[in-house]
Amino acid sequence: MTTHAGLPRHQFQQDANLTANDGPRREAVRKALGNYQTARNRTGATFTDWKSARNAAATIKHEALNHLDRYLEEFEQKFTARGGKVFWASDSKQARDYILKLAKEKGVRSIVKSKAMTGEEIHLNEALLEEGYGVVESDLGEYIQQLKGEPPYHFVFPCMHLRRDEISDLFHRELGTAQTNSPEELTMIARRVLRRAYVEADMGISGANFIVADTGMISITENEGNARLTVGLPKIHVALIGIEKMVPRLGDLALFLPMLATAGTGQHLTGYNSMYGGPRQPGETDGPEEFHVVFLDNHRTRLLADPEQRDALHCIRCGACLNVCPIFKNIGGHTYGTTYQGPIGSVITPHFRGLQDWKHLSGASSLCGACTETCPVGIDIHHHLLHNRRNAAAQKPASGEGLLWKAFVFLMKRPALYRLATKFAPLGGLLQPLLEHVPFNPLHNWTETREFPQAPLRSFRDQFRAHQAAKTSQAKGGAR
Amino acid sequence: MSLGTGDRTAILGRVKEALRIEAPLKHPAERSAGGEPTTAHFREWLPPVGGSLDERFELFARLSETLKSELHPCADMAEAAVILAGLAKEGNWKTVALHRGDLIDALAEVLPPELETMRLKPGYDKDQLEACDAGITECDLLVAQTGSVCVTSKSAGGRVLSVLPPHHIVIARRSQLVTDLTEAYASLAAKYRDGYPSMISFITGPSRTGDIERILVLGAHGPKRLTILLLP
Amino acid sequence: MRVTLFVPCFIDSLYPNVGMSMVHVLERLGHTVEFPEEQTCCGQPPFNSGYWEEARTVASKQLDVFHKAEVIISGSGSCGAMFKVFYPELFHGHAREAEAKALSAKTWEFSEFLVTKLGITDVGARFEGRATFHDGCHGLRELGTKLAPRELLRHVQGLELVEMTEAETCCGFGGTFAVKYPQISTAMAEVKCNSICETKADYVISNDSSCLMQIGGWLDRNVGSVKCLHLAEVLASR
Repeated sequence: MTTHAGLPRHQFQQDANLTANDGPRREAVRKALGNYQTARNRTGATFTDWKSARNAAATIKHEALNHLDRYLEEFEQKFTARGGKVFWASDSKQARDYILKLAKEKGVRSIVKSKAMTGEEIHLNEALLEEGYGVVESDLGEYIQQLKGEPPYHFVFPCMHLRRDEISDLFHRELGTAQTNSPEELTMIARRVLRRAYVEADMGISGANFIVADTGMISITENEGNARLTVGLPKIHVALIGIEKMVPRLGDLALFLPMLATAGTGQHLTGYNSMYGGPRQPGETDGPEEFHVVFLDNHRTRLLADPEQRDALHCIRCGACLNVCPIFKNIGGHTYGTTYQGPIGSVITPHFRGLQDWKHLSGASSLCGACTETCPVGIDIHHHLLHNRRNAAAQKPASGEGLLWKAFVFLMKRPALYRLATKFAPLGGLLQPLLEHVPFNPLHNWTETREFPQAPLRSFRDQFRAHQAAKTSQAKGGAR
Repeated sequence: MSLGTGDRTAILGRVKEALRIEAPLKHPAERSAGGEPTTAHFREWLPPVGGSLDERFELFARLSETLKSELHPCADMAEAAVILAGLAKEGNWKTVALHRGDLIDALAEVLPPELETMRLKPGYDKDQLEACDAGITECDLLVAQTGSVCVTSKSAGGRVLSVLPPHHIVIARRSQLVTDLTEAYASLAAKYRDGYPSMISFITGPSRTGDIERILVLGAHGPKRLTILLLP
Repeated sequence: MRVTLFVPCFIDSLYPNVGMSMVHVLERLGHTVEFPEEQTCCGQPPFNSGYWEEARTVASKQLDVFHKAEVIISGSGSCGAMFKVFYPELFHGHAREAEAKALSAKTWEFSEFLVTKLGITDVGARFEGRATFHDGCHGLRELGTKLAPRELLRHVQGLELVEMTEAETCCGFGGTFAVKYPQISTAMAEVKCNSICETKADYVISNDSSCLMQIGGWLDRNVGSVKCLHLAEVLASR
């Protein structure tokens, strides 16, 4: 679904048509996320006070983001003092070029990568492969998506849309393995392939979940252990990180790690939470000789410059908002056409990639607010969708729509006219059967799949007036 | 050749410029003891751990079970050796990988004689380690609140001994148990006052994945099993 | 108490019985009900579409109309949320911000008014049937209304209330969203309605008529047997 011609909003409508009509796939996604919801509720309930924990997380992130310059410098100073190198990339190209140059200079042949959405964001794998470097994704879900030649479906659960038989077919086709319907056997097939990749790779690329300013560390959260191997065995470690991933203190992770796990997967803590503060230190047995942190801006500073929506950068990419989103559940991850799917993706993508091209994502929401309710760091996600809509309309009103709302205002400012309109509402109902056969039926988008209510003959205001009149005459009658 | 630091000045400049107006704080933290929320406040909100040492051990044991970690309290090193010999037999081990350390060295003395050992030293052969049946390490801490084992590149023989072999054995003492992550970080800060190891890792159960149909599978990459031998 | 009704445009023209039911319940409880005829729309449609300038013009009209009201009661969680939550944001930094905040402070969603403000859970209603309740998203998440309608329904004689698994899941209406993205909106309605049908309820009740238009629209096309009712209609029956 990535090879669409045309504008992002056309691709979105087309894909939404396909996916919203794919009942079995929708049902499978809904079931998987239903299990997540159960686990999340169970673990969330073990917190003494989730809401206070959330507010504390929001406050800490607010502090980190609103003094980001200071914390970035603090990190850099601590990290480089222990032998790490920091590269600052303004955009995708600069980040890719640095990594390519580094690989070339160090004579790298093969690369193993652990899950990093920043890598997807800058299309790193494509660039590396083009230059002839073998690069293998080591997270199971990412590995499956890489074999399939598809971007991740969900930024936490990359292949959640695939059934086991589809994965078995894929492995059979790409790796020549026997068919199996056992998730365990499928996992073991990937395990065998990937263990060789770790041992042979001379560069490991990771992302990070947190940047820790006070100790100059990055923190990586994962369940499989693939990231630990990715940054443990190869001689060079490159971490590609968005600058917003900051927390001020190492101790802050005592709050963030349990919250990330609970919100993200419903676990009380993810399998491996590892902090890396520099390359191999004197006296240590192993670890990379070089550790490069690539800080990625790529328009994050544009979002940072909007105080109203700055909290969207608090996001810890737990994926909870996707997991509860009725839109995501019904259209799936690929329909978004973005690196970051779901509600948070709809908020940030217009800032990263252009408001006019991506405003449709903010429009494609019923604004139900399930995302905001579930967010562990208190981002006003669905209100930001409203803000994006407002900013888009202010910047460039849609031609037809602007007129429509002007007419609407004209009517609503004039109660007498409005009353007249409500009087004619039943007429609309009577005309409706006729309208169904008109090619430009304004109600078509509704009536194609739903009945429209039959307007009653008397509006509320008419009935209320009659009611008041009856009461008055009754009172008079009583008095007589 | 130097690859430079890229757009350092430009990015920091953009950040500073962007932050001229402070964002509203929409969800201010409850400040229990006044001032900003500090790490000491977290435990008022996170899952409770229990006051007594016994309660904490109980929680650690219960979580280990949920996580499918295998926790074995041992009276002494001899008992640990018996358990280990049983695991070696059951898993048909030929080679185990170890590092240097007080507990590990004592354990190495009582390992089954037919078991070959690989002692990790800088420059070790990665393929040889990959072929080992188990990795035995010490750890820094055990965390009651989360059922985690905390290892570092200093305490556990480097970065990968605890995660490459298919079975990870941890040998620990009861005194290493801390209440929660907050206490763990404080304890690490005190222990490594002169410089943190290059890696700190909280291991919470054996390697796992749910990537295929959200069904739990253990041993996605590294240890399919995690055994904790707990000495007094 | 003198209470002022805010009857949103679509209830006025499409669901007048909902408005009249509110009148009956409130009068039965001894309150004087007013309906300022000058009221039109809360302005949510242009607001949600991003046309805040236009929304402000419409909203200003309502600020005038409801200026003198003591208490404003809305029969729609969504339009109620517009008054209560979004007017202060819409007028933030504008001349009428204080008025918007004042309007917000005196606005109540119908069930919250009865239960929270008046402390009434039994309005003496009687209604035979098996019903399930749909939480409208704006009522639930913007206004925090969850228990009040259920408290009221529990005290309706003859009514059997069964919860559906997807009670808090959006029905897919979302205002203009329903016609801008009809395929997504319909898929959401399907999920919602399947959950309603699982309960084997005869009725689906909500405190938001806009959701009921969506749910009813799908049910009438695809199922036919389950009927939609506004909370006020149930509370008014005896």
